[in-house]
Amino acid sequence: MDTTGTISSGRAVRVRGLRKRYGTPRAGFKHAVAGLDLDIDRGEIVAVLGPNGAGKTTTVEILEGFRERDAGEVAVLGQDPAHAGRDWRARLGVVTQESRDLGELTVAETIRATARYYPAPRDPDDVIAAVGLGEKARTRVRSLSGGQRRRLDVALGIVGGPELLFLDEPTTGFDPQARRSFWDLVESLRDGGTTILLTTHYLDEAAQLADRVLVVHDGALVAEGPPGTLGGAEARTPVVRWTQDGEPRSERTERPTELVARLARETAGPDGEVPGLQVTRPSLEDVYLDLIGAAPETTKVAS
Amino acid sequence: MTASPETRTVIPAAPQPGPARLPGIGTLALVRAGVELRSFVRERDAVIFLFLYPLVMLALFATVFGKEAEGIGDVTVNFAQYFLPGMIATGVMLTSFQSMAISIAVERDDGTLKRLRATPLPASAYFLGKVAQVLVTSALQTALLLALAALVFDVALPTDVGRWFTFAWVYVLGTAAGTVLGVAFSSVPRSGRSATAVVTPVVLVLQFISGVFFPFYTLPSWLQTIASVFPLRWLAQGMRSVFLPEDLATLEQTGTWQHGLTAAVLAAWLLVGLVVGTRTFRWRRRDDG
Ligand SMILES: Nc1ncnc2c1ncn2[C@@H]1O[C@H](COP(=O)(O)OP(=O)(O)OP(=O)(O)O)[C@@H](O)[C@H]1O
Ligand SMILES: [Mg+2]
Repeated sequence: MDTTGTISSGRAVRVRGLRKRYGTPRAGFKHAVAGLDLDIDRGEIVAVLGPNGAGKTTTVEILEGFRERDAGEVAVLGQDPAHAGRDWRARLGVVTQESRDLGELTVAETIRATARYYPAPRDPDDVIAAVGLGEKARTRVRSLSGGQRRRLDVALGIVGGPELLFLDEPTTGFDPQARRSFWDLVESLRDGGTTILLTTHYLDEAAQLADRVLVVHDGALVAEGPPGTLGGAEARTPVVRWTQDGEPRSERTERPTELVARLARETAGPDGEVPGLQVTRPSLEDVYLDLIGAAPETTKVAS
Repeated sequence: MTASPETRTVIPAAPQPGPARLPGIGTLALVRAGVELRSFVRERDAVIFLFLYPLVMLALFATVFGKEAEGIGDVTVNFAQYFLPGMIATGVMLTSFQSMAISIAVERDDGTLKRLRATPLPASAYFLGKVAQVLVTSALQTALLLALAALVFDVALPTDVGRWFTFAWVYVLGTAAGTVLGVAFSSVPRSGRSATAVVTPVVLVLQFISGVFFPFYTLPSWLQTIASVFPLRWLAQGMRSVFLPEDLATLEQTGTWQHGLTAAVLAAWLLVGLVVGTRTFRWRRRDDG
C-alpha cells in the first residue's frame, strides 16, 4: 500500500478495472460497476453522468472508502480507500447522495462542531455564508427545507478544507438561483485548487462546471471528454429540419447554410419561406441521450 | 450565466493543511459530548421516557402505596425507601443501555454515523462523547431521584461511607455495562424506526423480573433464576444493599447482599458488551452496499 499521502502533484484519483456487484448466491448477482477506469488530475473538476442505476454512487462511495470493491485498483490521494486512516479523511470532503440525519442542532452548531474534527478547517461563518444559509444559521436542522438541507450537506462537505471533494448529486432540490450560486461556489473552490468529482443529472451543470465529463451506463464508461466535444465531432453535426409535401424532414450536415440555400431554391413556398425550417446544433443533452440510448462501444475523445 | 462580482458566492481558500495536526482525542471527545448532550436535551421523547420516567414512577408509587410498609417483622421501611433502589437501577439502565441502543441504531439508520465516518473523527471520540452523555444524564437523574426521595418522601439516605462506596462501584459498573451493552445491542434492530420497538420490551421485561417493581422475593424461584442471568437484577440488589437496612438482606435469594457475585456478574456483562460491541459495531446500515 502506498502511504505517501502528502505528494501534492500528480493524480488525485486513479482507478483501474473497478468492479462491484450486489446480490446473493441465491438471488443472483448483478454488476453495478463493471470494469471502470478513471483518472482525475489535481485541480480538475470531473462530472460523472449516467442514468439512474448506472453505478455512479457505487463508484463514488468506493472511492470515499464507504463500500468495498470486488476487484480493481483504486488510489485516492495516493492511498487505498479501503485501508486509509484519519489523515487521509482529513483531506477529503464528502457530500453523499441522500441524508436525513442531524435533527436537533442548529445549522451553525452543526457546522462548527464538524469544523473541529479537522486539522485546518475553513471558518464556519464563511462556509455558512458561502452556501447561503446565513439567515438560517440559528435554525434547527430539523426544520430546514429540502434545498436548505442540501446546502448544509455541501457546507459540511467543504468546511474541512478538502483537497479532494466528492459531490454526489449535490444540487438536488436547489432552486435555480441556489444552483447558480452553487456553481459560483464550485468555481471559487476550483480557484482555490480543490479537485472535485461530481455526479449530476443536470447536463447544464456538467457543461458549466466540468473540465471533463464521463458518461457511465450499466457500470461501464460509455464516453469521456470535455463537455464541448463529448460524443465526438459528428455527434455535434447540425441538424436541419423542414417540412416538405406535408412530411417532416431532417438532415444532418456540416454545411447547413448550403442546404438551407438549396431548400430555399427548391422547396420554398410562394412567400419565399421554407415551411418549418429549423437549424439546430445538438446540445450536450442531445448527445448524452444519444449515448445512453444507443450505448455503443466506448468512444474516447481527445481533449 | 455568472452573477455580478459583488454577489458572487465565493469562499476563501482553505488554510494550508501543511503542518497542522489532527485534533487530539480529548478535544474531540469534548466536542462530541457537547453535541450529544445538546441533542439529548432537545429531544423531548428522550427526556420524558429516559430521564423523567424513574422520577415519575417513584413519585407515583410512593404516593399511591405511601402507607404500606415493606419488610419483615419489625424491620420495615416505607414504600418510597423500598422502591428507590429499583428506580435508581432502572434509571441507570434507561440512560445507559436503552439510550445507547436506540440512539446508535437510529444514527446508523439515518446516516449520522456514515457522515461522521467521512470525517477524520475517530470512533473512540464518538464513543467517549456518548459515554459523557450517559454519565451526565445518569448522574443528574440519580441525584434528582435521591433528592426527591429524601425531601418529598422522607427517605433517610445512608450516612456511612461504606454504603456510599458500595453505591459508587455498583453505579459505575452498572452504567459502564449498560453503556457497552447498549452499543452492542444497537446492531439488533434492523432499522431506526424499529429501534424503540425492539429495545423497549427488553428493558420492560427485565424491569418486571429483576425486582424493580415487585420485591424480588415475591417472584417464583425459576423466574428469579432467569433474572439472575441479567445485570439489572444485580444492579437493583446492589442498590438495595445501599439504601435498605442491613436486616432486609434476609429477603434476598440467599439472605445476603451477595456483593462479590454482584460485582462479578456486572463485570462479566461489561466484558461481554465490550467484546461484542467492538466486534459488531458498524458505521453503515446492513443494506448500504
Ligand atoms: N446497497 C445496495 N444493495 C444492492 N444493490 C445496490 C445497492 N446500491 C446500489 N445497488 C444497485 O447497483 C446499481 C447501481 O446503483 P447506484 O446507486 O450506484 O446508481 P447511481 O448511478 O448512483 O444511480 P442514481 O442516478 O439513481 O443515483 C443499481 O442497479 C442498484 O440497484
Ligand atoms: Mg446515485
